Amino acid sequence: MRNTLATELLFDLSQPGRRAARFPHSDVPEQPLDEMIPASFRRDNQDGRLPELTEPDVIRHFLNLSTLNMSVDTHFYPLGSCTMKYNPKRHERLSRLPGMVDLHPYQRICDQQGMLRLLHDMQEMLAEIAGLPAVSLQPAAGAQGELSALLVASAWFRSRGETRTRVIFPSSAHGTNPASAAIAGFECVQLENTAGGLVDLAELEARLDEQTAVFMITNPNTLGLFETQIESIAAKVHDVGGLVYIDGANMNAIMGITRPGDFGGDMMHFNVHKTFTGPHGAGGPGAGPIAVRSELAEFLPGPVVTRTTDDDGQPHFDLETPIRSIGRVRSHFGNVGILLRGYCYLRTLGREGVRDAARHAVLNANYLQALLADLLPAPFGEYCMHEFVASASNLKDQRGISAMDIAKRLLDFGFHAPTIYFPLVVLEAMMIEPTETESKATLDAFAAALHEIAEEDVDFLRQAPHETPVSRPNDVQAARQPILSWSPDDDADRNA
Amino acid sequence: MAYLFNTPDDVRSMLEVIGAESIDELFEQVPDHLQVDGLLDLPAGLSEPELEAHLRELAAANHGSSSRVCLMGGGVYDHFIPAAVDEVASRGEFYTAYTPYQAEASQGSLQTFFEFQTLVCQLTGMDVSNASLYEGGTAVSEAVFMAMRVTKRHNRVVVLGSLHPEFQQILETYLGHLSCQLDVIATPDGAADVDIVADSLDEETACLVIQHPNVFGALEELEPLCRAAHEVGALAVVSFDPLSLGLLKTPAACGADIAVAEGQSLGIPAQYGGPFLGILACRHDHVRQMPGRLIGQTVDRHGQRCFVLNLQAREQHIRREKATSNICTNQGLLAVRATVYLSLLGRQGLVDVAELCCRKAHYAAERLGELPGFELMFSRPFFKEFTLRHQGDATDVINRAAAAGFDLGPALGRFPRLRESLGEAADQTLLVAVTEQRTRDEIDRLVESLAATPTDSATPETLTKPA
Repeated sequence: MRNTLATELLFDLSQPGRRAARFPHSDVPEQPLDEMIPASFRRDNQDGRLPELTEPDVIRHFLNLSTLNMSVDTHFYPLGSCTMKYNPKRHERLSRLPGMVDLHPYQRICDQQGMLRLLHDMQEMLAEIAGLPAVSLQPAAGAQGELSALLVASAWFRSRGETRTRVIFPSSAHGTNPASAAIAGFECVQLENTAGGLVDLAELEARLDEQTAVFMITNPNTLGLFETQIESIAAKVHDVGGLVYIDGANMNAIMGITRPGDFGGDMMHFNVHKTFTGPHGAGGPGAGPIAVRSELAEFLPGPVVTRTTDDDGQPHFDLETPIRSIGRVRSHFGNVGILLRGYCYLRTLGREGVRDAARHAVLNANYLQALLADLLPAPFGEYCMHEFVASASNLKDQRGISAMDIAKRLLDFGFHAPTIYFPLVVLEAMMIEPTETESKATLDAFAAALHEIAEEDVDFLRQAPHETPVSRPNDVQAARQPILSWSPDDDADRNA
Repeated sequence: MAYLFNTPDDVRSMLEVIGAESIDELFEQVPDHLQVDGLLDLPAGLSEPELEAHLRELAAANHGSSSRVCLMGGGVYDHFIPAAVDEVASRGEFYTAYTPYQAEASQGSLQTFFEFQTLVCQLTGMDVSNASLYEGGTAVSEAVFMAMRVTKRHNRVVVLGSLHPEFQQILETYLGHLSCQLDVIATPDGAADVDIVADSLDEETACLVIQHPNVFGALEELEPLCRAAHEVGALAVVSFDPLSLGLLKTPAACGADIAVAEGQSLGIPAQYGGPFLGILACRHDHVRQMPGRLIGQTVDRHGQRCFVLNLQAREQHIRREKATSNICTNQGLLAVRATVYLSLLGRQGLVDVAELCCRKAHYAAERLGELPGFELMFSRPFFKEFTLRHQGDATDVINRAAAAGFDLGPALGRFPRLRESLGEAADQTLLVAVTEQRTRDEIDRLVESLAATPTDSATPETLTKPA
């Protein structure tokens, strides 16, 4: 049923003389181009090589391409650490309302009061969920939130006459943690041990000193476990004068249940595209707002939204750059389209719904973990939070089936694969996050598929997937001789 | 509850399988005293009709291009977005997928991003494009870091004063804690003096950052500027406007080593400044120093052509603190929009839209520049945007235009970083951008409304503060 003709590359579909977009003729007095832009600045239009297509070509091409994807709308997508929950359709309609979608960022303040109210209230809701009072919505994604918060920390230490050089994180940290720390100019120190999947307090203590700027920790951590000693961890970091950063990638487990600010965090980011159902957009856009303690507020990246009350009692919203701000981290005001969807989500769930979403995310994860306990045991912890990291090492030892084989074969069963081989502390790791927006029936079917796969022929599994449009791309060849764009020569080669 | 599946019966049977008494028991890892007592102080949940009414009320308190004629610029423009762009971007298969880690389940996204990379190369003449960055401003900073790695020069970066001031602010933030010196060369004539720039560059300079057309709308002497950078072994980082390339020489033809852009004009609505699309393209030699995701073509085990995330050894999830950037989530869906937009435009459409912008902008500039009390601030060639100077306060002009149903601006007085280039005219200047959407009739009506003596029609409203 696949239309392989339509999914040829755009450049192969191109036919000279075809057109899609047409514009009205110019209605202003004709003026020679040379008088407007001297020829020395202008391109030779023969070198414009964009493809030539009709609108039906374009639609059939991309709609057929879209069917080659798995997505939350079409499939169970238990990609650990990514919170692939349902993306409500109302958000898509509401984000396109006139007055929202067409609002220019340099409109006059009086012309943006509705938007500023929304963003202000989003700041307030995030502060409440974080238990940290000051919020900047600026960062474009979680990684930029991390970087922004680390720069805030750096500026705060400088303001106190301190230069601290180190950022510490556990080995199970997301790769963005060390990458952000490096860009923020810090030296990275990784904790290597785990005490039952948690931070080893003794090792942490040995690494803490007056050079420690920030300890970054994901809580619940990437093994899906709550760091039960988080208060002691925070106290030890605070004892040496350091700050605690909470990577909020896993907030879906704890929103409305416990708050980073209450368990010792000084700074955190949210992933609005994960926890507050962004959506994920085939890889983005995200939004990575940060929340910090009040003494760090004046260093936040700006602008932030402020609320005042007019003489006649009406609220007035404005933009303000915090007094000692680290500066801008992006142009304009954050990934507003995603923040708006997150706002809609929080307003839909409300105070009870936020807590219930976390409770059911945790219930679903524990249920699935229990269904798989015999086959893919999770090495740490009795109960998990919103996700668990199962290990395929038994299957690997007994039958030679790897996490990769299982992941690939799951695709044939109509399930997206979990995150695999992360975190590294678990051999043959399969990080599974079902989210709260899946039914028991789906979880049952997923577990049944895994049990069935475990019995399948090993050679058959090593060649899986069998029913997807492509199977086991040659990554080595891709890296050795990178082809990163189409060129006319490629076609000549293919036809040769 | 919204979006939940589990009925009380489901919950009971699931807990039984787990071997737990209650959902509360599953949270036993979270110490009791750390658990929120009751509920957070959040509003009560809304039904869909209530939410929609609420959002409509908020939207009604805004005024965007659906309520006034938009001639605003400053990096965000009111270009036409064909319906087919929204149609494709609305496909759940695209917007509810994530980063294509599993190539077999993501060929739709992967091929689209490969096509995006190709279209950016065709547009710019550069050899390689990545699959997107956050937006145009961070793209400049990423390009500067990349230039430092390529040249192994970490002490000095030179930026023209005609770079978008918010892009410069981001760069200041990113470089602020490093020992790298950031030198800004003022551009009092609306564009850089090549000799002054050349004199300021030295063997320590990692790169020269040029925006073309620049924040004033004016064209820079791009080719000699790039040559000046190369003469000292520095890279030329060029921030371009994608649609300008229907008319202007490509960054590659002018000598750019790294070309970056804000891709908003490629089928992306203004939506209060984001999400937008960061574009970054470079020459073959520097590909392994690029930030962000790259899609590559390869073959599968059957020998079929297919697409994968490529050269991941540059990225944070593999290389951690030695990665070329910390970026993980990028702007995938915006890259999808740009790909569809450019596919619809095609070779001739790109030329047409660029010419229309240029012709209409020049007509508007001529008419507005003739008005008593108004003049064009600079005499440099421009593309679709120009700097208008008024003998009074620029914010008054914006208010008068708004009262007549037109949005102009931003006023350049809001950007402290432009004051050195604008001098005493800073508070008298504003940007006017004219896209292919504007008609002669709209421009004529704007001119008439500004020609009328300023009266009570002006709303005494303050502009946004410098942000």
